[in-house]
Amino acid sequence: MGQGKKTPLYEVHQKYGGRMVEFGGWLLPVQYSGIKEEHQAVRTKAGLFDVSHMGEVLVQGPEALPFLQRLVTNDVARLAENQVQYTPMCYREGGTVDDLLIYKYAETEYLLVINAANIDKDWSWMLENSQDFKVQLTNKSDQIAQIALQGPRAQEILAKLTNAPLEQIKYYWFIPEAELLGKKVIISRTGYTGEDGFEVYCEPEDAAYIWEQLMEKGKPFGLLPAGLGCRDTLRFEACFPLYGHELSIDITPLEAGLSIFVKTDKENFNGREVLAKQKSEGVSKKVVGIEMIGRGVARAQYPVFVEEKQVGIITTGSYAPTLDKNMGLALLSTEQSAIGQMVDVEIRGKMISARIVAKPFYKRKGK
Amino acid sequence: MNIPKELKYSNDHEWVRLEGDTAVVGISDYAQSQLGDAVFVELPEEDIEVSAKQGFAVIESVKAVSDIYAPVAGKVIKVNEALADAPELINQDPYGEGWIAVIQMTDKKELDELLDSTAYEKLIAEGGE
Repeated sequence: MGQGKKTPLYEVHQKYGGRMVEFGGWLLPVQYSGIKEEHQAVRTKAGLFDVSHMGEVLVQGPEALPFLQRLVTNDVARLAENQVQYTPMCYREGGTVDDLLIYKYAETEYLLVINAANIDKDWSWMLENSQDFKVQLTNKSDQIAQIALQGPRAQEILAKLTNAPLEQIKYYWFIPEAELLGKKVIISRTGYTGEDGFEVYCEPEDAAYIWEQLMEKGKPFGLLPAGLGCRDTLRFEACFPLYGHELSIDITPLEAGLSIFVKTDKENFNGREVLAKQKSEGVSKKVVGIEMIGRGVARAQYPVFVEEKQVGIITTGSYAPTLDKNMGLALLSTEQSAIGQMVDVEIRGKMISARIVAKPFYKRKGK
Repeated sequence: MNIPKELKYSNDHEWVRLEGDTAVVGISDYAQSQLGDAVFVELPEEDIEVSAKQGFAVIESVKAVSDIYAPVAGKVIKVNEALADAPELINQDPYGEGWIAVIQMTDKKELDELLDSTAYEKLIAEGGE
Protein backbone atom coordinates (compact mmCIF):
# COMPACT_ATOMS: atom_id res chain seq x y z
CA MET A 1 0.00 0.00 0.00
CA GLY A 2 1.03 3.62 -0.01
CA GLN A 3 1.28 3.96 -3.79
CA GLY A 4 -2.30 4.95 -4.37
CA LYS A 5 -3.63 8.46 -4.87
CA LYS A 6 -5.28 10.17 -1.94
CA THR A 7 -8.72 11.75 -2.15
CA PRO A 8 -9.33 15.08 -0.36
CA LEU A 9 -10.92 12.99 2.42
CA TYR A 10 -7.89 10.78 3.13
CA GLU A 11 -7.15 12.32 6.54
CA VAL A 12 -10.83 12.29 7.46
CA HIS A 13 -11.02 8.52 6.79
CA GLN A 14 -8.10 7.92 9.10
CA LYS A 15 -9.70 10.04 11.77
CA TYR A 16 -12.88 7.95 11.57
CA GLY A 17 -10.95 4.69 11.79
CA GLY A 18 -11.25 3.69 8.15
CA ARG A 19 -9.12 0.70 7.17
CA MET A 20 -7.41 1.93 4.04
CA VAL A 21 -6.81 -0.24 0.98
CA GLU A 22 -5.76 0.44 -2.57
CA PHE A 23 -8.64 0.38 -5.03
CA GLY A 24 -8.39 1.36 -8.69
CA GLY A 25 -5.20 3.27 -7.95
CA TRP A 26 -6.72 5.11 -4.96
CA LEU A 27 -6.35 4.77 -1.21
CA LEU A 28 -9.85 4.37 0.14
CA PRO A 29 -11.45 2.90 3.28
CA VAL A 30 -12.71 -0.67 2.83
CA GLN A 31 -14.57 -0.37 6.12
CA TYR A 32 -14.83 1.61 9.36
CA SER A 33 -16.92 -0.17 12.00
CA GLY A 34 -17.56 -3.29 9.90
CA ILE A 35 -19.09 -4.15 6.56
CA LYS A 36 -22.26 -5.71 7.97
CA GLU A 37 -22.94 -2.79 10.32
CA GLU A 38 -22.32 -0.18 7.63
CA HIS A 39 -24.46 -2.13 5.15
CA GLN A 40 -27.30 -2.27 7.65
CA ALA A 41 -26.98 1.47 8.36
CA VAL A 42 -27.41 2.31 4.66
CA ARG A 43 -30.44 0.01 4.33
CA THR A 44 -32.21 1.31 7.43
CA LYS A 45 -30.77 4.76 8.22
CA ALA A 46 -27.95 6.32 6.22
CA GLY A 47 -24.32 5.92 5.20
CA LEU A 48 -21.73 8.39 3.94
CA PHE A 49 -19.34 7.38 1.16
CA ASP A 50 -16.29 9.06 -0.33
CA VAL A 51 -16.61 8.62 -4.08
CA SER A 52 -14.13 11.34 -4.98
CA HIS A 53 -12.08 8.79 -6.92
CA MET A 54 -14.75 8.70 -9.63
CA GLY A 55 -13.84 10.51 -12.83
CA GLU A 56 -15.67 13.45 -14.39
CA VAL A 57 -15.48 14.61 -17.99
CA LEU A 58 -17.13 17.79 -19.20
CA VAL A 59 -18.48 17.69 -22.75
CA GLN A 60 -19.25 21.06 -24.38
CA GLY A 61 -19.95 22.28 -27.88
CA PRO A 62 -22.57 22.57 -30.57
CA GLU A 63 -22.23 18.86 -31.39
CA ALA A 64 -22.15 17.59 -27.82
CA LEU A 65 -25.38 15.66 -28.29
CA PRO A 66 -24.51 13.89 -31.57
CA PHE A 67 -21.10 13.04 -30.08
CA LEU A 68 -22.68 11.44 -27.01
CA GLN A 69 -25.22 9.63 -29.17
CA ARG A 70 -22.31 8.02 -31.03
CA LEU A 71 -20.43 7.30 -27.80
CA VAL A 72 -23.03 5.60 -25.60
CA THR A 73 -25.81 3.05 -26.02
CA ASN A 74 -28.64 4.88 -24.24
CA ASP A 75 -30.63 7.62 -25.99
CA VAL A 76 -29.15 10.88 -24.70
CA ALA A 77 -31.73 12.89 -26.70
CA ARG A 78 -34.35 11.78 -24.19
CA LEU A 79 -32.59 13.64 -21.37
CA ALA A 80 -34.11 16.88 -20.13
CA GLU A 81 -31.99 19.65 -18.61
CA ASN A 82 -30.99 18.74 -15.05
CA GLN A 83 -31.73 15.08 -15.65
CA VAL A 84 -29.27 12.20 -15.20
CA GLN A 85 -28.99 9.08 -17.31
CA TYR A 86 -27.25 5.77 -16.70
CA THR A 87 -25.66 4.27 -19.78
CA PRO A 88 -23.12 1.73 -20.96
CA MET A 89 -20.40 2.88 -23.38
CA CYS A 90 -19.30 0.26 -25.89
CA TYR A 91 -16.56 -0.61 -28.33
CA ARG A 92 -17.53 -1.07 -31.95
CA GLU A 93 -17.49 -4.85 -31.40
CA GLY A 94 -20.13 -4.52 -28.66
CA GLY A 95 -17.91 -5.14 -25.61
CA THR A 96 -18.21 -2.58 -22.83
CA VAL A 97 -15.70 0.27 -22.32
CA ASP A 98 -17.40 1.46 -19.12
CA ASP A 99 -20.74 2.32 -17.59
CA LEU A 100 -21.38 5.93 -16.67
CA LEU A 101 -23.78 8.66 -15.65
CA ILE A 102 -24.59 11.57 -17.95
CA TYR A 103 -25.68 14.84 -16.35
CA LYS A 104 -27.34 17.20 -18.84
CA TYR A 105 -26.82 20.91 -18.18
CA ALA A 106 -27.91 22.04 -21.63
CA GLU A 107 -28.17 20.77 -25.19
CA THR A 108 -24.51 21.76 -25.60
CA GLU A 109 -23.12 20.82 -22.18
CA TYR A 110 -22.96 17.54 -20.27
CA LEU A 111 -20.98 16.11 -17.37
CA LEU A 112 -20.03 12.43 -17.59
CA VAL A 113 -19.21 10.51 -14.40
CA ILE A 114 -17.00 7.49 -15.04
CA ASN A 115 -15.37 4.69 -13.04
CA ALA A 116 -12.09 5.60 -11.33
CA ALA A 117 -10.14 2.62 -12.64
CA ASN A 118 -11.23 3.45 -16.20
CA ILE A 119 -10.47 7.18 -16.31
CA ASP A 120 -7.41 6.97 -18.59
CA LYS A 121 -8.97 4.38 -20.88
CA ASP A 122 -12.28 6.25 -21.12
CA TRP A 123 -10.56 9.56 -21.71
CA SER A 124 -8.56 8.19 -24.68
CA TRP A 125 -11.64 6.50 -26.07
CA MET A 126 -13.70 9.69 -25.79
CA LEU A 127 -10.96 11.80 -27.41
CA GLU A 128 -10.64 9.33 -30.26
CA ASN A 129 -14.39 9.36 -30.83
CA SER A 130 -14.65 13.13 -30.62
CA GLN A 131 -12.56 13.74 -33.77
CA ASP A 132 -15.59 13.96 -36.07
CA PHE A 133 -17.55 16.34 -33.84
CA LYS A 134 -17.47 20.02 -32.88
CA VAL A 135 -17.04 19.28 -29.23
CA GLN A 136 -14.62 20.09 -26.44
CA LEU A 137 -13.74 17.57 -23.73
CA THR A 138 -12.28 18.50 -20.34
CA ASN A 139 -11.08 15.93 -17.84
CA LYS A 140 -12.26 17.40 -14.53
CA SER A 141 -11.50 14.29 -12.47
CA ASP A 142 -8.96 15.96 -10.19
CA GLN A 143 -11.03 19.12 -9.73
CA ILE A 144 -14.20 17.55 -8.38
CA ALA A 145 -14.73 15.71 -5.10
CA GLN A 146 -17.79 13.57 -4.62
CA ILE A 147 -19.64 12.45 -1.50
CA ALA A 148 -22.56 10.01 -1.57
CA LEU A 149 -25.16 10.11 1.17
CA GLN A 150 -27.32 7.01 0.87
CA GLY A 151 -30.19 5.56 2.83
CA PRO A 152 -33.80 6.22 3.85
CA ARG A 153 -32.81 9.10 6.17
CA ALA A 154 -30.55 10.78 3.57
CA GLN A 155 -32.96 13.57 2.67
CA GLU A 156 -33.63 14.56 6.30
CA ILE A 157 -29.89 14.72 6.99
CA LEU A 158 -28.97 16.68 3.87
CA ALA A 159 -31.81 19.13 4.53
CA LYS A 160 -29.97 20.21 7.70
CA LEU A 161 -27.18 21.69 5.57
CA THR A 162 -28.98 23.18 2.58
CA ASN A 163 -32.06 25.15 1.57
CA ALA A 164 -32.11 23.42 -1.82
CA PRO A 165 -35.55 21.91 -2.48
CA LEU A 166 -34.44 18.30 -2.01
CA GLU A 167 -38.00 16.98 -1.93
CA GLN A 168 -38.46 18.28 -5.48
CA ILE A 169 -35.47 16.40 -6.89
CA LYS A 170 -36.86 13.28 -8.52
CA TYR A 171 -34.88 10.07 -8.85
CA TYR A 172 -32.09 10.64 -11.39
CA TRP A 173 -32.44 14.44 -11.50
CA PHE A 174 -30.07 17.08 -10.14
CA ILE A 175 -29.65 20.70 -9.08
CA PRO A 176 -26.62 22.10 -10.96
CA GLU A 177 -25.92 25.07 -8.71
CA ALA A 178 -27.06 24.27 -5.21
CA GLU A 179 -25.67 25.85 -2.07
CA LEU A 180 -24.60 23.61 0.79
CA LEU A 181 -23.04 25.22 3.88
CA GLY A 182 -22.38 28.28 1.75
CA LYS A 183 -20.44 26.21 -0.80
CA LYS A 184 -21.39 25.77 -4.45
CA VAL A 185 -22.22 22.12 -5.15
CA ILE A 186 -24.11 19.86 -7.51
CA ILE A 187 -26.73 17.75 -5.75
CA SER A 188 -28.21 14.75 -7.56
CA ARG A 189 -30.65 12.10 -6.44
CA THR A 190 -28.57 9.17 -7.62
CA GLY A 191 -26.52 6.40 -6.11
CA TYR A 192 -25.49 2.80 -6.43
CA THR A 193 -26.76 1.15 -3.27
CA GLY A 194 -30.39 0.37 -4.08
CA GLU A 195 -31.52 2.99 -1.55
CA ASP A 196 -32.76 6.54 -1.88
CA GLY A 197 -29.91 9.00 -1.60
CA PHE A 198 -27.91 11.88 -2.96
CA GLU A 199 -24.56 12.52 -4.54
CA VAL A 200 -22.88 15.82 -3.75
CA TYR A 201 -20.17 17.12 -6.10
CA CYS A 202 -17.99 19.81 -4.61
CA GLU A 203 -14.59 21.53 -4.76
CA PRO A 204 -11.89 19.24 -3.34
CA GLU A 205 -11.01 21.83 -0.66
CA ASP A 206 -14.61 21.85 0.61
CA ALA A 207 -14.97 18.06 0.84
CA ALA A 208 -13.65 17.52 4.37
CA TYR A 209 -15.76 20.35 5.82
CA ILE A 210 -18.93 19.03 4.14
CA TRP A 211 -18.14 15.47 5.30
CA GLU A 212 -17.64 16.54 8.91
CA GLN A 213 -20.82 18.61 8.95
CA LEU A 214 -22.82 15.78 7.43
CA MET A 215 -21.45 13.36 10.03
CA GLU A 216 -22.33 15.71 12.84
CA LYS A 217 -25.85 16.49 11.63
CA GLY A 218 -26.41 12.87 10.65
CA LYS A 219 -25.45 11.40 13.98
CA PRO A 220 -28.95 11.61 15.53
CA PHE A 221 -30.29 9.84 12.43
CA GLY A 222 -27.87 6.94 12.76
CA LEU A 223 -25.55 8.01 9.92
CA LEU A 224 -22.34 5.98 9.68
CA PRO A 225 -19.30 6.49 7.48
CA ALA A 226 -19.37 3.64 4.96
CA GLY A 227 -16.53 2.00 3.05
CA LEU A 228 -15.91 0.19 -0.22
CA GLY A 229 -16.83 -3.15 1.34
CA CYS A 230 -20.46 -2.30 1.95
CA ARG A 231 -20.63 -0.24 -1.23
CA ASP A 232 -20.02 -3.54 -2.99
CA THR A 233 -22.43 -5.67 -0.93
CA LEU A 234 -25.15 -3.01 -1.34
CA ARG A 235 -24.82 -2.74 -5.11
CA PHE A 236 -24.50 -6.52 -5.33
CA GLU A 237 -27.80 -7.13 -3.50
CA ALA A 238 -29.47 -4.63 -5.84
CA CYS A 239 -27.78 -6.53 -8.74
CA PHE A 240 -26.27 -3.38 -10.23
CA PRO A 241 -23.38 -4.38 -12.50
CA LEU A 242 -19.81 -3.52 -11.54
CA TYR A 243 -17.30 -2.83 -14.28
CA GLY A 244 -14.65 -5.55 -14.35
CA HIS A 245 -17.14 -8.06 -12.99
CA GLU A 246 -20.54 -8.06 -14.71
CA LEU A 247 -19.36 -5.70 -17.47
CA SER A 248 -16.11 -5.77 -19.43
CA ILE A 249 -14.61 -5.68 -22.90
CA ASP A 250 -15.79 -9.31 -23.18
CA ILE A 251 -19.31 -8.71 -21.85
CA THR A 252 -21.85 -6.64 -23.76
CA PRO A 253 -24.54 -4.64 -21.94
CA LEU A 254 -27.17 -7.06 -23.26
CA GLU A 255 -25.29 -10.03 -21.82
CA ALA A 256 -25.13 -8.12 -18.52
CA GLY A 257 -28.92 -7.72 -18.60
CA LEU A 258 -28.88 -3.98 -19.37
CA SER A 259 -31.12 -4.18 -22.42
CA ILE A 260 -33.24 -1.19 -21.37
CA PHE A 261 -30.15 1.03 -21.53
CA VAL A 262 -29.37 0.00 -25.12
CA LYS A 263 -31.53 1.92 -27.60
CA THR A 264 -30.85 0.27 -30.94
CA ASP A 265 -33.57 2.37 -32.56
CA LYS A 266 -31.60 5.62 -32.20
CA GLU A 267 -28.98 6.89 -34.68
CA ASN A 268 -25.76 4.95 -35.19
CA PHE A 269 -23.53 4.34 -32.16
CA ASN A 270 -20.49 2.26 -31.28
CA GLY A 271 -21.43 -1.40 -31.03
CA ARG A 272 -24.89 -0.92 -32.51
CA GLU A 273 -24.60 -3.65 -35.13
CA VAL A 274 -23.58 -6.34 -32.66
CA LEU A 275 -26.02 -5.20 -30.00
CA ALA A 276 -28.97 -4.99 -32.42
CA LYS A 277 -28.18 -8.53 -33.54
CA GLN A 278 -28.05 -9.71 -29.92
CA LYS A 279 -31.36 -7.98 -29.28
CA SER A 280 -33.11 -9.69 -32.18
CA GLU A 281 -31.45 -13.09 -31.97
CA GLY A 282 -30.82 -13.32 -28.25
CA VAL A 283 -27.52 -13.60 -26.37
CA SER A 284 -25.48 -16.78 -25.99
CA LYS A 285 -24.40 -15.97 -22.42
CA LYS A 286 -25.96 -13.81 -19.74
CA VAL A 287 -25.55 -12.64 -16.17
CA VAL A 288 -27.93 -14.41 -13.78
CA GLY A 289 -28.42 -14.47 -10.04
CA ILE A 290 -27.68 -17.53 -7.95
CA GLU A 291 -28.38 -18.52 -4.39
CA MET A 292 -26.05 -20.96 -2.66
CA ILE A 293 -27.85 -24.05 -1.40
CA GLY A 294 -24.79 -25.87 -0.07
CA ARG A 295 -22.47 -24.29 2.47
CA GLY A 296 -19.92 -21.96 0.96
CA VAL A 297 -19.35 -18.52 -0.48
CA ALA A 298 -19.02 -18.17 -4.25
CA ARG A 299 -16.36 -15.69 -5.33
CA ALA A 300 -15.52 -13.99 -8.63
CA GLN A 301 -13.98 -16.33 -11.24
CA TYR A 302 -15.13 -19.57 -9.56
CA PRO A 303 -16.36 -21.97 -12.28
CA VAL A 304 -20.02 -22.95 -12.48
CA PHE A 305 -21.14 -26.39 -13.66
CA VAL A 306 -24.32 -28.14 -14.74
CA GLU A 307 -24.01 -31.93 -14.63
CA GLU A 308 -20.20 -31.77 -14.59
CA LYS A 309 -20.02 -29.52 -17.65
CA GLN A 310 -18.74 -26.00 -17.07
CA VAL A 311 -21.37 -23.49 -18.16
CA GLY A 312 -19.84 -20.25 -16.91
CA ILE A 313 -18.19 -18.36 -14.07
CA ILE A 314 -19.14 -16.34 -11.04
CA THR A 315 -18.71 -12.59 -11.69
CA THR A 316 -19.44 -11.46 -8.12
CA GLY A 317 -20.13 -13.65 -5.12
CA SER A 318 -20.60 -12.66 -1.52
CA TYR A 319 -22.58 -13.01 1.61
CA ALA A 320 -25.63 -10.77 1.18
CA PRO A 321 -26.18 -9.09 4.56
CA THR A 322 -29.81 -7.99 4.07
CA LEU A 323 -30.85 -11.46 2.91
CA ASP A 324 -28.53 -13.30 5.31
CA LYS A 325 -27.69 -15.68 2.46
CA ASN A 326 -24.73 -16.40 0.22
CA MET A 327 -25.56 -15.13 -3.24
CA GLY A 328 -23.80 -14.74 -6.55
CA LEU A 329 -23.95 -13.17 -9.98
CA ALA A 330 -22.78 -15.55 -12.68
CA LEU A 331 -22.15 -15.28 -16.41
CA LEU A 332 -23.69 -18.48 -17.78
CA SER A 333 -24.48 -19.88 -21.19
CA THR A 334 -28.05 -18.85 -21.97
CA GLU A 335 -29.42 -22.39 -22.35
CA GLN A 336 -28.41 -23.10 -18.75
CA SER A 337 -29.74 -19.87 -17.29
CA ALA A 338 -33.42 -20.54 -16.51
CA ILE A 339 -34.64 -19.48 -13.09
CA GLY A 340 -34.86 -22.53 -10.85
CA GLN A 341 -32.05 -24.36 -12.68
CA MET A 342 -29.69 -26.14 -10.27
CA VAL A 343 -25.96 -25.55 -10.76
CA ASP A 344 -22.73 -26.42 -8.93
CA VAL A 345 -20.10 -23.86 -7.97
CA GLU A 346 -16.58 -25.20 -7.59
CA ILE A 347 -15.23 -23.88 -4.29
CA ARG A 348 -11.71 -25.01 -3.38
CA GLY A 349 -12.09 -28.21 -5.41
CA LYS A 350 -15.53 -29.13 -4.09
CA MET A 351 -18.82 -28.90 -5.95
CA ILE A 352 -21.29 -26.85 -3.91
CA SER A 353 -24.88 -26.70 -5.10
CA ALA A 354 -26.68 -23.48 -5.95
CA ARG A 355 -29.88 -22.44 -7.70
CA ILE A 356 -30.54 -19.76 -10.31
CA VAL A 357 -32.87 -17.13 -8.86
CA ALA A 358 -34.51 -13.92 -10.05
CA LYS A 359 -32.70 -10.57 -9.90
CA PRO A 360 -32.49 -8.25 -8.08
CA PHE A 361 -31.89 -9.95 -4.74
CA TYR A 362 -33.01 -6.80 -2.94
CA LYS A 363 -35.40 -4.04 -3.90
CA ARG A 364 -36.38 -1.26 -1.56
CA LYS A 365 -40.04 -0.90 -0.75
CA GLY A 366 -42.07 1.73 -2.55
CA LYS A 367 -39.64 1.95 -5.45
CA MET B 1 -6.25 -5.47 21.18
CA ASN B 2 -6.72 -8.49 23.42
CA ILE B 3 -3.61 -10.72 23.60
CA PRO B 4 -4.02 -13.20 26.49
CA LYS B 5 -0.74 -13.86 28.31
CA GLU B 6 -1.27 -17.61 28.75
CA LEU B 7 -1.52 -18.40 25.02
CA LYS B 8 1.07 -19.03 22.31
CA TYR B 9 0.83 -17.43 18.88
CA SER B 10 1.94 -18.19 15.33
CA ASN B 11 3.29 -15.69 12.81
CA ASP B 12 0.09 -16.34 10.88
CA HIS B 13 -2.03 -15.08 13.81
CA GLU B 14 -3.34 -18.36 15.14
CA TRP B 15 -3.32 -18.96 18.89
CA VAL B 16 -2.70 -22.19 20.80
CA ARG B 17 -3.80 -23.18 24.28
CA LEU B 18 -2.11 -26.27 25.68
CA GLU B 19 -4.44 -28.72 27.43
CA GLY B 20 -2.43 -31.83 28.36
CA ASP B 21 -1.14 -33.25 25.06
CA THR B 22 -3.67 -31.40 23.02
CA ALA B 23 -3.61 -27.95 21.51
CA VAL B 24 -6.78 -25.89 21.23
CA VAL B 25 -6.43 -23.62 18.20
CA GLY B 26 -8.13 -20.43 17.06
CA ILE B 27 -7.33 -17.09 15.46
CA SER B 28 -6.26 -14.03 17.40
CA ASP B 29 -8.31 -10.96 18.17
CA TYR B 30 -6.04 -9.04 15.78
CA ALA B 31 -6.68 -11.59 13.02
CA GLN B 32 -10.46 -11.48 13.41
CA SER B 33 -10.43 -7.68 13.39
CA GLN B 34 -8.41 -7.69 10.17
CA LEU B 35 -10.66 -10.27 8.49
CA GLY B 36 -13.86 -8.44 9.36
CA ASP B 37 -17.27 -10.07 9.66
CA ALA B 38 -16.89 -13.86 9.32
CA VAL B 39 -19.73 -15.38 7.31
CA PHE B 40 -18.55 -18.95 6.76
CA VAL B 41 -15.97 -21.27 8.29
CA GLU B 42 -14.78 -24.37 6.45
CA LEU B 43 -13.63 -26.66 9.25
CA PRO B 44 -11.09 -29.48 8.93
CA GLU B 45 -12.39 -33.03 9.08
CA GLU B 46 -11.89 -34.84 12.34
CA ASP B 47 -9.14 -37.48 12.49
CA ILE B 48 -7.06 -35.96 9.70
CA GLU B 49 -3.33 -35.53 10.24
CA VAL B 50 -1.98 -32.03 9.75
CA SER B 51 1.54 -30.69 9.67
CA ALA B 52 2.60 -27.37 11.10
CA LYS B 53 1.89 -24.41 8.81
CA GLN B 54 -0.43 -26.50 6.67
CA GLY B 55 -3.71 -24.83 5.69
CA PHE B 56 -6.42 -26.76 7.52
CA ALA B 57 -9.41 -24.43 7.73
CA VAL B 58 -10.80 -21.49 5.76
CA ILE B 59 -12.57 -18.42 7.04
CA GLU B 60 -14.71 -16.45 4.62
CA SER B 61 -15.42 -12.90 5.67
CA VAL B 62 -17.83 -10.68 3.77
CA LYS B 63 -15.03 -9.54 1.49
CA ALA B 64 -12.33 -12.18 1.50
CA VAL B 65 -11.23 -15.78 1.79
CA SER B 66 -8.49 -16.55 4.33
CA ASP B 67 -6.63 -19.78 4.95
CA ILE B 68 -6.05 -20.80 8.55
CA TYR B 69 -2.85 -22.74 9.18
CA ALA B 70 -2.28 -25.45 11.75
CA PRO B 71 0.19 -23.91 14.22
CA VAL B 72 1.40 -27.38 15.32
CA ALA B 73 1.47 -30.85 13.76
CA GLY B 74 -0.81 -33.67 14.86
CA LYS B 75 -4.23 -35.21 14.51
CA VAL B 76 -7.38 -33.11 14.50
CA ILE B 77 -9.47 -34.72 17.23
CA LYS B 78 -12.25 -32.19 17.56
CA VAL B 79 -13.65 -29.28 15.57
CA ASN B 80 -15.94 -26.45 16.66
CA GLU B 81 -19.21 -27.45 14.97
CA ALA B 82 -20.90 -24.36 16.41
CA LEU B 83 -19.05 -22.26 13.82
CA ALA B 84 -21.06 -23.89 11.05
CA ASP B 85 -24.20 -22.09 12.16
CA ALA B 86 -22.59 -19.15 13.94
CA PRO B 87 -19.39 -18.07 12.15
CA GLU B 88 -19.70 -14.71 13.92
CA LEU B 89 -18.36 -16.40 17.09
CA ILE B 90 -14.93 -15.93 15.48
CA ASN B 91 -15.43 -12.16 15.75
CA GLN B 92 -17.30 -12.08 19.03
CA ASP B 93 -15.16 -14.42 21.11
CA PRO B 94 -11.98 -15.43 19.24
CA TYR B 95 -10.28 -16.96 22.30
CA GLY B 96 -13.39 -18.66 23.68
CA GLU B 97 -16.50 -19.77 21.77
CA GLY B 98 -14.73 -18.97 18.50
CA TRP B 99 -12.09 -21.71 18.84
CA ILE B 100 -11.57 -23.70 15.63
CA ALA B 101 -10.11 -27.14 16.37
CA VAL B 102 -8.26 -29.32 18.87
CA ILE B 103 -5.07 -31.00 17.68
CA GLN B 104 -3.53 -34.05 19.38
CA MET B 105 0.08 -32.92 19.15
CA THR B 106 2.80 -35.08 17.62
CA ASP B 107 5.61 -33.15 19.24
CA LYS B 108 5.09 -30.74 22.10
CA LYS B 109 8.48 -29.18 21.43
CA GLU B 110 6.90 -27.39 18.45
CA LEU B 111 5.29 -25.08 20.97
CA ASP B 112 8.69 -23.56 21.64
CA GLU B 113 8.77 -22.26 18.09
CA LEU B 114 5.62 -20.24 18.63
CA LEU B 115 5.55 -16.70 19.99
CA ASP B 116 4.64 -15.74 23.51
CA SER B 117 2.22 -12.85 24.06
CA THR B 118 4.97 -10.24 24.30
CA ALA B 119 6.61 -11.32 21.05
CA TYR B 120 3.21 -11.53 19.36
CA GLU B 121 2.29 -8.05 20.52
CA LYS B 122 5.54 -6.83 18.98
CA LEU B 123 4.72 -8.60 15.71
CA ILE B 124 1.37 -6.82 15.48
CA ALA B 125 2.91 -3.48 16.42
CA GLU B 126 5.35 -3.91 13.55
CA GLY B 127 2.47 -4.32 11.14
CA GLY B 128 1.60 -8.00 11.04
CA GLU B 129 4.41 -10.01 9.49
